[in-house]
Amino acid sequence: MSTTIIWTIAIISGLGLLLALTLFLVAQRFKVVEDPRIEQVEKAMPGANCGGCGFAGCHAFAESAVKAPDLDNHFCPVGGNETMKQVAAILGFEIKEKAPMVAVVRCNGTCANRPRINEYDGSLSCKVKASLYSGDTLCSFGCLGCGDCVGACKFDAIGMDPETGLPVVDESKCTACGSCVKACPKGIIELRNKGPRSMRMYVSCVNKDKGPAAKKACSAACIGCGICAKACTHDAIVIENNAAYIDYAKCKLCRECEAMCPTGAIHGINFPKPLDKEAVKARVQERQKKEREAAAAAKPEVKKEESNG
Amino acid sequence: MARRTFSIGGVHPSDAKISRDCKIEVLPIAPTVYIAVAQHIGAPAKPVVAPGDKVKAGDVIAEPGAFMSAYIHSSVSGTVKSIGPRQDLSGNIQTVVEIEVEGDEWKEGIDLSDTLVTDIPEDPKAIIEKVRLGGVVGLGGATFPTHVKLSLPPGKKCEMLIINGCECEPYLTSDFRTLLEKGEQVVVGTALLMQALGVDKATIAIEDNKPEAIEHISGIVSAFKAKGGKYEGIEVLPLMKKYPEGGEKQLIDAVMHRQVPSGCLPIDVGAVVDNVCTALAVYEAVQKDKPLVENSVTVTGECFPKQANLMVRVGTPLRYIIDYLGGVPQEAAKVISGGPMMGKAVANLDAATLKGTGGLLFLTREQTKRMPESSCIRCGKCSEACPMGLEPFLLRRLYKAGDMEALEANAAQDCIMCGCCLYSCPAGIPLLDIVSQARGQVMGIMRARAAAAKAAAEAAKPKTE
Repeated sequence: MSTTIIWTIAIISGLGLLLALTLFLVAQRFKVVEDPRIEQVEKAMPGANCGGCGFAGCHAFAESAVKAPDLDNHFCPVGGNETMKQVAAILGFEIKEKAPMVAVVRCNGTCANRPRINEYDGSLSCKVKASLYSGDTLCSFGCLGCGDCVGACKFDAIGMDPETGLPVVDESKCTACGSCVKACPKGIIELRNKGPRSMRMYVSCVNKDKGPAAKKACSAACIGCGICAKACTHDAIVIENNAAYIDYAKCKLCRECEAMCPTGAIHGINFPKPLDKEAVKARVQERQKKEREAAAAAKPEVKKEESNG
Repeated sequence: MARRTFSIGGVHPSDAKISRDCKIEVLPIAPTVYIAVAQHIGAPAKPVVAPGDKVKAGDVIAEPGAFMSAYIHSSVSGTVKSIGPRQDLSGNIQTVVEIEVEGDEWKEGIDLSDTLVTDIPEDPKAIIEKVRLGGVVGLGGATFPTHVKLSLPPGKKCEMLIINGCECEPYLTSDFRTLLEKGEQVVVGTALLMQALGVDKATIAIEDNKPEAIEHISGIVSAFKAKGGKYEGIEVLPLMKKYPEGGEKQLIDAVMHRQVPSGCLPIDVGAVVDNVCTALAVYEAVQKDKPLVENSVTVTGECFPKQANLMVRVGTPLRYIIDYLGGVPQEAAKVISGGPMMGKAVANLDAATLKGTGGLLFLTREQTKRMPESSCIRCGKCSEACPMGLEPFLLRRLYKAGDMEALEANAAQDCIMCGCCLYSCPAGIPLLDIVSQARGQVMGIMRARAAAAKAAAEAAKPKTE
C-alpha cells in the first residue's frame, strides 16, 4: 500500500520537475525582450485606457512613446503635465508644458431659451436623433439633449441638468480626454483652455443661421452681429458663418465682449466678481467714440495723401 | 397554386388602406410653392432662374448638377421670388426656389389632353433622353434618377422589367388609385420602359389585397396584346400580400426567384424595377412631353376626417394640403410623410412636397406609442422577420461593442431599413435605429476605403507609365 503511495508521489513529482524544466527552457529560448521603459511609462500613466491621447490605451501610448524621437505628438490629457513630466524623465526627453484643458459645452439652448416645437419619441440617442431630423427646436445646430456625451465620459465628469436639458461638465473631474467631443453629433462640445484659476470666456452658441433666424430659434443665440469682435482690443474674436468664436490663446479675459453681447451668448465663468455690465459697456462705448473721432480727424489727412500721390 | 411572395422574412402589418375608395382629386394650386433643388438621390440640381423671372409650369428651373442628378421643373406658372435656404420636413436646411403663383399657364408643346398615345418610339436613346429632360425619378420612395437606371452599364443585359404595383406599406393607396384610374397610361409607360431597356418581358406585380387593380390591369394588358410589339411581353402577376414586398430586392426574389447578392444592383441579376407611378411619369414625359411636376399623395389616418388621394403639384406646402382637407385633427399626435413603416415623421408642416412624397399619414398618440424597452430575450424574431437575412440582434450587440469589421462581415450595409426587426421585437428594442446607424457607419467606412483605393491606384499610375 505504502509503496503505491510513494511511487505515485515520486512519478508526479518527477513529471512536475520535468515539465517545469521544459517550460523554463522554452521560456529562455523564446524570450521576448521588451524595452523595460515601456512598463515604466505605463506605470506612470493614469491607466484609464480612455484613448484621449489618440492611442488605443495606456500600453499602446507607452509603446509608441518609447519609440518616438520626441514627445511632441504624445500627450496624455488625463494625467496632464504631471504625468508627462514623469514620462519625459523616464525617456530622457524634455517637454513643453501644455496648458490644462477642459470640455466646454457651447450651447445655452435651455428649455426656457429655446422653445420646443415638437416632441421626439424615438430612440434616446443623439446620433439617432441627428440622423432623423434637426431637433425638437427651431435651432438645427444646438444640443439635442439625449446625453450621448454623458454615456461617452469614462470619468463621470458630465451629466445632464434636468432643468435646462443641457449637459454640464464637472471641471474637477474632467480630464479633457475628448470622448464627449467625439460623441456629440452636433459638435457643440469643445476642448478649451482651462484658464488661470479656471477663469475663461467662450461663446455659448454655434448657430450658423443668420441673425433673425437664430434669434427666433433661441433667445440666447449668437446672432453674428460682430459687436463683440469690434469691442475686443486683443483681436481674439472672429465672426465666421454668422457665429462668433473666441480664440482662447489670444483672449485676455477682460470680459468686455461679455458686457457688449446683446443676447448674452458670451459667457465668462469662475470670475471672482460678478460683471458690472453697464459700467463696462459705458467704458467700451466711450473708447469706441474716441476712436471714431480720432478716425474722423485723421480722414482729411488720408485724403490729402491720396491727392498728393 | 401557392401564392407567390419573397422567400426570406417579412411581416404582416394590418392593411389599413382606408382611403382606397377615394378617387384621385386634383388639389387647387397653392399661392406659393417651394421647389427644392435636391429631390433625388445624387447631386443636387443647379438653379438656372433668378428672382424676378417669370416661369410657366413645365419650365426648367434647375439643371442636373452631374450625371447622377435630375432636371427640376417649375410645377406652376408665376414669378420666382427667391432662391435660398428653407427648412425641409426634417428641419434641415435645403436650397429651394420660391415661386409666387399667377394663374396656371403651361409651357408650349406640353400635351395636357387625355388622348392616349400608344405608339412606342423606335429609338431607345430618344426615350431615355426624354425621360432625362422630363426630370423623371423613381417614385417608389428612393427617387433614383430614372434615366440613370435606364442607361445600362456596358456588358449588362436586362432580362426582365418589373413594374412595382405592390404598395406594401399600410395606409398608402396612391399607387392603387393610379392603377385603377390611369391603368392604360401605366401599361404604355411599361412598354416605353421596355423599349428603352431593350427587353421583351415585363411583369406588373400587384399584391393580392388589390383584386380590383389586378383585374383592371389584366383587362388592359390583354386588350393591348393585340397591338403587338412590346405589349405582347407584358404580364400581370398577383403576389401574396407581405411587407416589404415592394422592396426592390424582395420583388425580384418574388417575381424571378433570383437573389441580388450583397453589394450588387438589380441589373446584376438581369432585372430593372420601376414603380407604377414612375411608369406613368415616363408615359407623360415621353408621349406628352410633360415633365414630372405633380404626383399623387395619399392623405389618410384613422383620426383624419377626410381621407383623400390628391394630385399635388411638386413644392406645395404640407400645411396647404392639410388645410384644404380641414386642418390637423385634434387627436393627431404625429404626421408622417410616407407610410407608417418606412415614412419619416414630419417635424415642420411648413415644408413643401417633393417629387417622391407619396403620403401624409396622421397617427394618434395611442398609435405612435413605443413599447417600453426591455432586455433582448434572444427569441430570434428579428432574424426571422428580416427580409435581407440579417441578424438585427447581433448587429445591435456588435454596434454597442463598436466592432465595425464584424458589422461589415455580418452585412450591416445590406439593411434596407424596412423596420421589420423593430416591428417584430417583443422587447421594444429600437433595432431599426441602431442598425441604421451601424449601416451608415459601415457604408462610410466602405466609401472611404474605396476612395483611398482609387486615390492609391491613381497615385500608382504615373509610376508605371
